[in-house]
Amino acid sequence: MNRAGRFLLYAALVSTAFYALAPMWVMLSTSLKTLDEIREGSLIAAPHAPTIEPWLKAWGTACSGVRCEGLKPFFLNSLLMTIPAVLISTLVGALNGYALTHWRFRGSDFLFTALLVGCFIPFQVVLLPMARLLGAVGISDSVFGLIFVHVVYGLAFTTLFFRNYYIGVPGELVKAARVDGAGFFTIFQRILLPISGPIFMVCVIWQFTQIWNDFLFGVVFAGSDSQPVTVALNNLVRTSTGVKEYNVDMAAAIIAALPTLLVYIVAGKYFVRGLTAGAVKG
Amino acid sequence: MASLGIHNIRKIYPNGVEVLKGINLDIADGEFLILVGGSGCGKSTLLNMIAGLEPVTEGEITIGGKRVNDLPPKDRDIAMVFQSYALYPSMSVRQNIAFGLSLRKVPKAEQEATIARVAKLLQIEPLLDRKPAQLSGGQRQRVAMGRALAREPQIFLFDEPLSNLDAKLRVEMRSEIKLLHKRLGITTVYVTHDQIEAMTLGDKIAVMKDGVVQQFGTPDEIYNRPVNTFVAGFMGSPPMNLIPATLAINDGKLCAEVTVGPTGSKRVHLPLFGFDTSTLDTLTSTGSSVLLGLRPEHLTDTGRSNGMTANLTVPVDLAEPTGADTLIFITLGGARCIARLHPTAVAGRDEVELVVDTSAAVVFDRHTQEAIAFARV
Ligand SMILES: Nc1ncnc2c1ncn2[C@@H]1O[C@H](COP(=O)(O)OP(=O)(O)OP(=O)(O)O)[C@@H](O)[C@H]1O
Ligand SMILES: [Mg+2]
Repeated sequence: MNRAGRFLLYAALVSTAFYALAPMWVMLSTSLKTLDEIREGSLIAAPHAPTIEPWLKAWGTACSGVRCEGLKPFFLNSLLMTIPAVLISTLVGALNGYALTHWRFRGSDFLFTALLVGCFIPFQVVLLPMARLLGAVGISDSVFGLIFVHVVYGLAFTTLFFRNYYIGVPGELVKAARVDGAGFFTIFQRILLPISGPIFMVCVIWQFTQIWNDFLFGVVFAGSDSQPVTVALNNLVRTSTGVKEYNVDMAAAIIAALPTLLVYIVAGKYFVRGLTAGAVKG
Repeated sequence: MASLGIHNIRKIYPNGVEVLKGINLDIADGEFLILVGGSGCGKSTLLNMIAGLEPVTEGEITIGGKRVNDLPPKDRDIAMVFQSYALYPSMSVRQNIAFGLSLRKVPKAEQEATIARVAKLLQIEPLLDRKPAQLSGGQRQRVAMGRALAREPQIFLFDEPLSNLDAKLRVEMRSEIKLLHKRLGITTVYVTHDQIEAMTLGDKIAVMKDGVVQQFGTPDEIYNRPVNTFVAGFMGSPPMNLIPATLAINDGKLCAEVTVGPTGSKRVHLPLFGFDTSTLDTLTSTGSSVLLGLRPEHLTDTGRSNGMTANLTVPVDLAEPTGADTLIFITLGGARCIARLHPTAVAGRDEVELVVDTSAAVVFDRHTQEAIAFARV
């Protein structure tokens, strides 16, 4: 490629990156400014005298609805809900994928198709039936209910991921293990799980992002003290007593987004690797 | 150790394809059965069914006289080497071999001893701590063999276990398997594409085509008395020549009338020795056209003549020296045939005189392709 072409390419890349990062920058700098500085200065200028006051307030004392304890309790709610939901849905998805590929049974293809349809069912459709179900089982308005909803809704995706990964694992591998005397779970645990690293990462990142960022299920199914951080953030920003504290709002928004960012930074390379990797041969 | 019975076995896969169409094979305790046949004829499928990895659509499989149709693989006491090796990717070679042993609760010390014995036998000692991904194809195949040999099961099932080895290792492993079988005397079913493996290892050979056993017999029977042209063409390298011929009576002797050379203008009568004329009487009376099956070593040079032979001068289309022998391509009855000669008999000649050992011939019906008469009894 000639120099002009290369220059154009870099210019395009840099401007795209700038465009994507600009909002992040505005949020970060605003969250570190005092209210006075926000009113006087420009939107994109760096803070003169950075302060972490807005962060402390967003985390510990800001009012969200009637509670004035900041995001902290809701952040913990989100963790309590997301971690089990991610792990359970991923593990069950792995088992499903394994059964659907290596223990074919009558109707397994139909079941898989049905599960695929599950990926396309909009959230709104399941709201009412799910509310009835949770009520009937007695776990509505609780973190358990939320976990249950997310596990069920996520299964379609995790099963799809694992099924497509395990279909590349040679069937003779499972047959060899059966001849060696291993059963369904032993084969899963000793043969398949150890080679599932990449797809596990994909699943965990996908599910974590989905569940942590969910708003609709949170707002509908959570009780007042099991609300996830997304719902709390909305309430915090909309609570309109006194002046509008943009710096606190920005800090709260970043806090709410932080775990997803972290997951991508820590596990992002596995995500790409897992999406492109074929299964292990031989 | 146990006998193996396969009775009227049929296999229809869920997609509706009938892969095995009524297989009957019986081998005694300690026998070595070879399965040969073209790609996709159902050899692996049959092996999987013996192992219990594929359900039986119809028929019965017995091990040691006991019906095992509904027994899961682990209770059949078999060991198997798979066509694709199927080594556990996350485990080292050592763990691969130990996996089956530990699941069967073999004591640790005994496991170690077994691994050492197998590793020595298969020359994989330096590889024990490697993962399968760090092995060459041939090394993987040896590890797969090792995993099976670590146990002393009722039956060994081998699916082309030597197909990826280089020629030298292959010969070594072949005799190793033969020795091992002699020593342990474990009933074995062995799939191969290799003629020599089939002939040297097998007590019995089953030649399969499209899910049907064409012939089941000893290597000698399969080689010398093939029941149809498929078996005749499948075993032996180069394969048996199938020469279009007409049966006739000449000078009161039973003869095969054959055209010679690419133009086919010359005709000769080859006397057929050692045939039971009564079986052929009905055919000769109609001047029936047949295929005369003759192996390349029975179309040879004068140096090897005996009393039951006919002489024949043929033009040489092409000569191919292979070292010990020279193969020449000739045209008989309009078909391309191969004769196996001593190298000195050919050198630079356009025409050679062949000695045809018709007492080793097989006569096939040209329409049904079935054998209708053998010379030797
Ligand atoms: N699970 C399956 N479902 C449907 N058809 C199958 C299945 N497995 C094998 N077949 C078909 O059955 C036939 C026999 O397959 P098999 O693997 O037994 O052949 P093979 O004799 O071992 O061939 P090769 O020498 O190439 O290994 C093939 O036509 C194959 O496509
Ligand atoms: Mg096969």
